[in-house]
Amino acid sequence: MKIKDLPQEELVTGSYACAGCGGILAVRLALKVLGKNTVIVTTPGCLLGVTTFYPQLAFKVPCVNITFPSTAAAISGVVAGLKKRGREGIKVVGIAGDGGTVDIGLQALSGALERGDNFIFICYDNEAYMNTGVQRSGATPLGANTTTTPVGKNSRGEDRPKKDMLRIVAAHDIAYAATASIGYPADYLRKVAKAMQARGAAYLHVLSPCPPGWGYASELTVELARLAVQTGAWQLAEYEGGEFKIQKVGREKPLSAYYALQARFAHLV
Amino acid sequence: MALRRFLNGNEALAEAVKLAGVEVVAAYPITPQSPVVEKIAEFISKGEMESEYIRVESEHAALAACYGAAVTGTRVFTATSSQGLAYMFEMLHYVSGSRMPVVMAVANRGMAAPWTIWADHQDSVSCRDTGWVQLYVENAQEALDTCLQAYKVGEDPQVLLPVMICLDGYTLSHTEEPVEVPEKEEVDAFLPPLRLPVALDVENPVVFCAGAGPELYTEFKYQQQQAMYAALLKLKEADAEFAARFGRSYGGTVEPYQCEDAAVILVTMGAVTGTAREVVDGLRACDQKVGLLKIKSFRPFPAQEIRDILSRAGAVAILERDCSYGYEGALCTEVKAALLGLDGPPKVYGFIGGLGGHDITREQITAIYRYCLEGVQPGYGTDHFLDVAGARDEN
Repeated sequence: MKIKDLPQEELVTGSYACAGCGGILAVRLALKVLGKNTVIVTTPGCLLGVTTFYPQLAFKVPCVNITFPSTAAAISGVVAGLKKRGREGIKVVGIAGDGGTVDIGLQALSGALERGDNFIFICYDNEAYMNTGVQRSGATPLGANTTTTPVGKNSRGEDRPKKDMLRIVAAHDIAYAATASIGYPADYLRKVAKAMQARGAAYLHVLSPCPPGWGYASELTVELARLAVQTGAWQLAEYEGGEFKIQKVGREKPLSAYYALQARFAHLV
Repeated sequence: MALRRFLNGNEALAEAVKLAGVEVVAAYPITPQSPVVEKIAEFISKGEMESEYIRVESEHAALAACYGAAVTGTRVFTATSSQGLAYMFEMLHYVSGSRMPVVMAVANRGMAAPWTIWADHQDSVSCRDTGWVQLYVENAQEALDTCLQAYKVGEDPQVLLPVMICLDGYTLSHTEEPVEVPEKEEVDAFLPPLRLPVALDVENPVVFCAGAGPELYTEFKYQQQQAMYAALLKLKEADAEFAARFGRSYGGTVEPYQCEDAAVILVTMGAVTGTAREVVDGLRACDQKVGLLKIKSFRPFPAQEIRDILSRAGAVAILERDCSYGYEGALCTEVKAALLGLDGPPKVYGFIGGLGGHDITREQITAIYRYCLEGVQPGYGTDHFLDVAGARDEN
């Protein structure tokens, strides 16, 4: 997958996303590969808030909004309905943030993965509940300062490590799962293409930096998405045919290079 | 030629779902709903029904999956009870606000705590304000017939609302009765295929359940309210057409029995109506001027019809299987409001009984009738709680 081979046509236009939003970039890039024969199912996270406020529709594909816990359950319904309509060729893509995936949406995701429905689930991970004002989620990394893990006399920020979603979804023995970063778009897009070809459920977990939530200048989004991988704060990996594969990207840097650029880790550097 | 069979309420509903040509079913098991979804699974397994069956991991997911299937323009069904319905609460609003004509059967069961599996109406009455049409049935035949009418009314372009069919757990869900099962061709003539005005289409992308700011939100909610009012009329029309085709009528919204000259009218919902009907027959045989008003549609609430029927009575007794804690039975409040401003209104007494599967006996209903003759001044927000040990009665 080469960036220059991507279609010029934008399927995400007119969103109210913040400048430098990693999440909207993750969706925009994915839709370049997924194409117009796609249905998005999403929840009231940042993505819904910035793309589908009536009469706005910032996608050139249909979008089904559903309750926070139920992205994957609604996916199963859409898949079943399209099958009855004889439209099985339409790709059903669930998109949720980390809260809507690893926390409140986990039960529904597990159910849909276990049922083996044919869909792609993309978690755009900005590592906290950004839409509601930067509260910690199960995907918040150790040490991060959030509004519910504020740094103070008795707290050094988030006191638990990030939930390992790749292993959780892999435990369902699905066809394909991968982590990605918007800082490595060619790798991410290759994985979206792979997910499209998978028979059954496929899962992508894409790190998507958030300028207001992480506390950095908006032009640093892509740099941080790369630094996260180069410093080992985030790993690029794939699960396929029952095997995990961790990718080496080179250009290793100390973790401080990543932490130093973000207010959420200011107390650690 | 319609077949007369021995079916319980759950089985009657499953037959209706098959006859209605439901395309997607998503359900999670709970007592006493389970047999309806088991029966549907059996139909599909035997090839008697061509439907996608999504075996979800929770009730919340069941209704979310129904919603997902509904937006593609397919006819869907689910069923639940009690805690399962409560677990769906968030989704109830999503489905009604998105105007998806999902049909759901609720095998009514009390709400824990204390934990119970037996019938009362607290589960569905607690969901009164979720924007679902709520229809309470009296027997298994009415469950089947109401399910067919539910799709007809819910899918009407002027309505487009989800419909809940409420049947008392065990009393109706598990009790077998002779039920006439119509022919598929007859049902097809009554119930045309679903045609949603807007369904999921990649050629014409739209968003389902968009966000809305305060002004537009109000517009959407006003339309929802208008749709509910339209449903009142459509319920009457569907009942009339159903009666013409199948020879059975339930009044659509309310079903009055012996009310014309009644001095005392009993008001009921659901299965207890059958017992009350017998009591009325017995009392009528003794020249007592008593009538019975069955509320079939709790939402939309047929206030005008209720007002017209009850205005002629001297006393009205509402007997219901729910309680709005801190006030009175929910139906009692609704009926009182419907009578507000009448010149010389009837005295209205509220009775709460049959909770958590407690039987409501003919003797109790007769006693309620006798009480109504005493001319006691009704209180405000007071309940007559049946079956309480020590027969405490604060009124």
